[in-house]
Formats: sequence, C-alpha cells, structure tokens
Amino acid sequence: MSTNLTVNGQTHAVEAEPDTPLLYVLRNDLQLNAAKFGCGLGQCGSCTVMVDGRAVFSCVTPIVALEGRDIRTVEGLGTIDNPGPMQQAFIEEQAAQCGFCIPGMMMRAQALLERNPAASDAEIRSFMEPNLCRCGTHMRILRAVKRAGELMQQAGAGRTV
Amino acid sequence: MDEFREPRGLTRRMLLGGAGALIVSFSLVPQVLAQQAEEEGPALPGALNDTRLLDSWIRIDADGRITVFTGKAELGQGIRTALVQCAAEELEVEPGAITLVTADTGQTPNEGYTAGSMSTPNSATAIRNAAAQVREILINEASLRLEVEPGSLRAEAGAIVGAGGERLTFGELVADNLLHVEAQPTSRLKATPDFKVMGQSVQRVDIPGKVTGGAAYVQDIRMDGMLHGRVVRPPSYRARLVEADTRAARGMPGVVAVVRDGSYLAVVAEQEFQAVKAMRVLARSARWEESPDLPDITRLADELRAMPFQDGVVADSKTAPGAAAKTYEATFTRPYHMHASIGPSCAVGHFVDGVMTVWTHTQGVFPDRDAIAQMLNLEKAQVRCIHTEGSGCYGHNGADDAAADAALLAHAVPGRPIRVQYMREQEHAWEPYGPGMVTHIKAGIDEAGKIAQWEYQVWSNNHGTRPGSAGSLLSARYLAAPFQLDPQKLNITPNGNGDRNADPGYTLPHKHVIWHFIPDMPLRVSALRALGAYANVFTIESAMDELALLAGIDPVEFRLNHMDDPRARDVITAAAEKFNWAAGRLPEGRGRGFAYARYKNHAAYLAMAVEIEVNRTTGRIRLVRAAAAIDSGEIINPDGIRNQTEGGILQAASWTLYEGVTFDRTRVTSIDWQTYPILRFGGVPDSIDIEIMNRPGEAFLGTGEAAQGPTGAAIANALRDAVGVRLHDLPLHPDKVRAALLQA
Repeated sequence: MSTNLTVNGQTHAVEAEPDTPLLYVLRNDLQLNAAKFGCGLGQCGSCTVMVDGRAVFSCVTPIVALEGRDIRTVEGLGTIDNPGPMQQAFIEEQAAQCGFCIPGMMMRAQALLERNPAASDAEIRSFMEPNLCRCGTHMRILRAVKRAGELMQQAGAGRTV
Repeated sequence: MDEFREPRGLTRRMLLGGAGALIVSFSLVPQVLAQQAEEEGPALPGALNDTRLLDSWIRIDADGRITVFTGKAELGQGIRTALVQCAAEELEVEPGAITLVTADTGQTPNEGYTAGSMSTPNSATAIRNAAAQVREILINEASLRLEVEPGSLRAEAGAIVGAGGERLTFGELVADNLLHVEAQPTSRLKATPDFKVMGQSVQRVDIPGKVTGGAAYVQDIRMDGMLHGRVVRPPSYRARLVEADTRAARGMPGVVAVVRDGSYLAVVAEQEFQAVKAMRVLARSARWEESPDLPDITRLADELRAMPFQDGVVADSKTAPGAAAKTYEATFTRPYHMHASIGPSCAVGHFVDGVMTVWTHTQGVFPDRDAIAQMLNLEKAQVRCIHTEGSGCYGHNGADDAAADAALLAHAVPGRPIRVQYMREQEHAWEPYGPGMVTHIKAGIDEAGKIAQWEYQVWSNNHGTRPGSAGSLLSARYLAAPFQLDPQKLNITPNGNGDRNADPGYTLPHKHVIWHFIPDMPLRVSALRALGAYANVFTIESAMDELALLAGIDPVEFRLNHMDDPRARDVITAAAEKFNWAAGRLPEGRGRGFAYARYKNHAAYLAMAVEIEVNRTTGRIRLVRAAAAIDSGEIINPDGIRNQTEGGILQAASWTLYEGVTFDRTRVTSIDWQTYPILRFGGVPDSIDIEIMNRPGEAFLGTGEAAQGPTGAAIANALRDAVGVRLHDLPLHPDKVRAALLQA
C-alpha cells in the first residue's frame, strides 16, 4: 500500500502498511537519521518531528494520518555545511553529550520558536518538558534554544527551509 | 552512509587464509609483541604500558595522512575530541589533520573497557606521549637527512622544518617502519604554556553531524540487504519458556526467520516494523513458567542485609577508636538504579564466510568479542567487534546484550547483516542495574570537634558483571545449552567496586571500613557510573554534616579541619567561594548543602554546594542552583570537563530526587518512563557554575564520574539545612519528605 508523505518539502510515495509509525518510515524508507527511536510510547520525545508546524511524536503517529501534511525533520533545518539557526545554536553552545535526544529537542524547540522566537526562559522550559535527556545536558539545551531564537530574530524570519 | 556498507578494515590482509581461516593481521601483531615486552620492558606512560609499539597508536602514510588509534570508545563524553587535541598538540598539526580510529578489535589497541573515568589517564596519556615521541623520531630522521642538528629543527603543520627553510614532510620522513618501535618511558612533552590546542575549548568533532542528521550511531547503520531482528524477552529473570507458536509469526509479511533456542525467542524480518509486529505475535503466543523469587521491595534494606555475605576490609587505621564526646550513628540505603539510556540498545551482526562482524556500542569491544566467540563456539579471531556510538550508556547497559543478540541472529541467518534494537520495556526491564546498597556509619567527635572514631560498613553486590565470558550476555543464559554468569568473588582493589570511596578521604586518627560483599544477585546488576561511590559518598558526606552540626562548626570549615591534601582543600575552598557560602544561611524554605569527594580516592577532586527549595505542603524538593569546583589534572578541554560535570550533577540529581527500580516478587515493574521517572526540564536548576582548577603538568585524572557522589550528599545536606530533617533512604521523594516533616 502506498502513502504520499511530504517531508521537508518533498513528496514521497511510501510503500508501507498504513499503521506503520512515521518514525520507521522516516528512518528506514526515507533514510533520514535525525529522528530517533527512544521509547515507541510517546514518553521521551527523541522521535519528535514537526507536522503542520506542531511538535509530534513520530513513534506513535501512523502514516495513514499524515497524507498531505507538512512533515519536517532536523534534515530540513539545514545542512552540516550550511546549518540553520537551530543547528548553529546547538553547535555554538556545544549542547550535546551523546546527542541522541538532541534532534527531538531541536524539532520541539523549532515548533515553539517559529511561533515565538522571543520565547522567555520559562516558556522554553515549560515547552521542552515532554523531551527527556539522560546525559544531563539540559542547561546547554536551554541556552541553545534561547540562542536559536536570537539567531532567528536576527535572520528576520523563523523559517529556514 | 557508505562507510557502513562494508566492514571497513576487514581486508584481504586479514582474510589471507581464505574461507573461514583468519590470519592474524599486521595490526594485531604489536599486541602480541607487547605482551612479551610487558614482561621485560620498563613501565611506559598510560596504556602504552600494555600496547608498546608507537605505530599501534599513530601511523603516518607516505602521503602524510595521520591516523591515531585508541582502544577507548566515544560514549558521548567527548573523548574523540580530547584525544585528537592531545595528538595534534604534540605532533604540531591542526586537529583536522588527524583521523581517529576508536575501539575496534581488528584495528586498535586493546584498552579493555571505556569506563571508570580512565580514558584520559590511560588513552590520552598514551596518545600524547606517543605523539611526542613520534615528533622527536621525525625530527631525528630529518636531522640525519638534512645533516643539521636536531635542535635546529621543529615540527610545523605536518612537516619538520629548519631555521634555514629546510622542510621535509612527515610523509617523506616515514619509511622503513620508522615508527614500528617500542615507546620510551619518558617523552619530551610540550609544556602547558606552549599549548596551542590542548587546554582550549575546542568544539566537539561529532556535534555538527549529530545536529544535522548525519549517520552518527549504530542505530543509523543501513547496509545493503540488511534485515531487522527483535527478541522476545521472558516476563521475568528466571522464567522458562514452556511453549510458543512459532508458525503464526513465521507466516507474517516480511518474516524471514523465527528463532527458538531453549527459552530464547527472536524474529528476523525484512522491514523493521514487520519485525516489531512479528515479535508481538510471537510474544503473545509464548507461555512461560515463572517463580516469585525477587526480594520484598518494601523492606529492601533488611532483605539485602539478610543475604549471605563475605567481609572484606577496605581500610583499617589499626588504631584504637579515640574517646568520643558525641557520636553519630545511622543507616542509609540506595535503591537499584537504571542506566536508562534514551535510545534502547542496538547492534548489527553480519556472519559471512565464517567471520562474525558486530557493530556495537559496547564499552569493551575486546571483552565483548571474547564473550560472543565463546557463546557461538567460534575462535576469537573469527569475531570482530567494531565500536559504533549509541545513546549514552553511563556504564554497562544493554549494549553487550544487543551485540550478542545481533551475533546470535546473524549466526542463525548467515550472509545478510541483521540489525537488532530493543524495545523500551526490554531495555528498562533487562539492563543490569546499579545495585541496591545499604551503608552504616558510626562516628564520634572529641571535645575539640575533631573526628576521633569512624566505623563504616557497606552491604553490596559486585558492581561489575561485564562480559569477557558468555555468561555475562543476557541471551546466552536462555539458550538450550545455557551459559552461566561467572561466580561472584570479593575483591578489594585500589579502584574499589561496591566499596568504591567507602574509605573516607579525610585525615582521621581512627577508621575501620568493611565491605559486606553479597554474592547473590536477585536483580541483574553491573556497573553504573561511580559504582559504589555514589552511595558511599552520600553516606560519608551526610555524616560529615551531622558531625559538623554536633561540633557546632560550619560544614565547610569542618571538612577543611579534617583535610590535609592541598588539592582537596583547593576545590573545597573554590566551591565554597563559587557558591558564596560565606553569605550564610538561606531564607525560610531554602537550604544549602555541601559535599566533597576525590573519586576513587586517587582520581578527580570535586567539591560542590547546592541550594534547594522545599515545598512543605507537597514535600517536593527543587534544586535551585549548584556550584562546583573540579580538579581533574592537566586540562585537555575545559568545556569538555564542564559539560561532563554539569551532566554528572544533573544525572545524579535525578537519581537522588526521583529514581529507584521497582519490582514485585516476580517481575521488574519499571518498564517505561512513567514507571521509572527521571529528571525533566521542570526540575532543572536555574544555574550550574563550575570552576575548573588549572593544574599545568599534572597527570590526567579523568572527569566523568567525579560529581555523582557529592551531588547526592549535597542535596540531602541541603534538605537537612532547609527543614531540619535528614532522610536516609534514597530517593528523596516528596512522600518521604512530607512524612518526615509530619514527624519532625
């Protein structure tokens, strides 16, 4: 069965059973590494991607619900040679230890900052609550999100794709 | 992704013997020689002592490419970056000129496990010394060829250059196995003031890839024809498989194989989610025989102390206890803790022509290889383990088990690579936990407020059941011909285990420290960051605060009164200043706590203070801020030390405030993030300030595990300061705080 998915602006006809969670399709069919399997239960946020501008747990979202929706992943934020503001901020702040949770953190933060790049520290903390980090990189992640907001404001637009 | 498509480095050179027969590769020869040399040669710096030939560590090609080899693995601690910095500094090249190859049984030195905060003391020391010696060899070679004094030459940007503009590149100079020589005991190391790369907060080499969707983890491996495996775990540790319907799973779309071997069940499918669905069907069809043989969690401390134990003397001053004017006695407990890696363990196995290759995030590729070879009845030379990063592990998590599963399934379905990844509940319920522990302190102070007697006991399992033998691999225990975990033995060592940091680092006229070693392990346990140091420092530093209170002396001053080591005094003083301890007690509802430890009593020094806020109604503790000072010797990368220390504090704060594995009499019940909650952003403090002591020329002491012990104690001491009650049983859960406040 074929499902049309629009990921980072490109539409793909995906051959997978309709109950397949988006995460498996992103990682295996589309070979995108950023979104990670953490729990498969929507409890940790490492699979977070954006769907129509909102942060979504891709591990519990079946592809059948996503046809025609705008799906975005870390790969859509920029490249290693031309990183977007969110990626640039995480590099500047060295906001990773193992880094496994970081793509999910970035997509959740992106969803917040595209609505409000001037989000306050308290708003950022509250918004990031669903996402877990085990290395204890939280202070840096918070700083990086704040910094990403500044970079977005400097660029004059939140959206980089 | 190309780098993952072929087992890199497993070349014809290694397979000269043809099908199935492996000839020892050139790269492994140095280790054989090293073992011989070890018996004869002088002591060499760091891990050079075990792997003694320079070209085991550093190779330079004729085109000048520099490759550095380490037996240590990147676990998210930033070791790749630190090791490149050391090599670049001594070779006088840009960090970007160096290719680093990490833990790989086919290519690198055997450095055992990447554990115990030993990567800089062992591997960075070896690489830095090797690089300095390579530089000097290249200078000498250039001096011979140019017929000038070596003193007139220097290394610069990949070449040896002279005062008169003479220049020979590294690539031109290396020939005739120039670097195939044994290392010397001493090196001409660069002095700290001359550093260009070391001592700098060089950005981590791995972060740009990780934040842009690069293939960074074993989870990201995609090979041509790769299959996906999933295991079906038993419902409890000692469950036996009675029956399972393998046919139903076998008939599902994409399923290539259903494996049953004794109580071991697994599926292999073309697509990953097909494997997940087949796993679920197979699991539902399985009937197990279980027995209720876990301890009663409601009286864990009593259960642990009632188990058979052997005694080991950890420290004994051989003096009589002094006369005490006041004494303090208490029992403390720590529950079983999880590594709780965010990504469940994963590995890829590929069995071709009698050679098993496993890509794994194990902390020890060599011991893991040995265990896998034993499990599959293969020669060690037929198994190659290549470290590939995973989610942070913080000790012995499910990594080795996943490697074993990938190998088992690849052995059952040869010819195609098989990727195995655990489900969340499998990682949670089956990883080896940090052991539950009980400690008992009885100490007294004299009239002058000095400690006169110190009696300490700790009850604990072994904290290290890592591979080396097949019985350490989870699935190997459930095969029809099962492997058993090696018998557990009491060992008192300088590094410590359950007794790590049980010996208080203070200058005391009397001390007697005993480890009641418990061989039986009702729950599966192994190494979790800091091992016993977390519970031991929690106890010792809680007791130090209570004794300070009895003496009527400020806790920081009280510690300094019992400390002679100047470097320890420096971190204690620096942490107090960083926190502004001198400002005095905090307002109502807030408390401050201090703690200190030197990790393992011979590694990094760390002191810290925290401020907490206690909600008397809910019992909830909020960590407001932390300030710490750390001395881990010569600094390679300040930001790396800061990142690791922040992480250590936050992870240990999570252990201390929230965590404990739950179980009923039969099954582990901590199976996801709701049943095993950890720190979330709402619990993150306002600030963490870290002072890094500058110690030019001192040995690397390692960083990753310095903060865990002090963090737990500092928070408990702050609770005592805030509300006047001391909690002895971790975690410092709101229910316990509330109950203690009602009684107070």
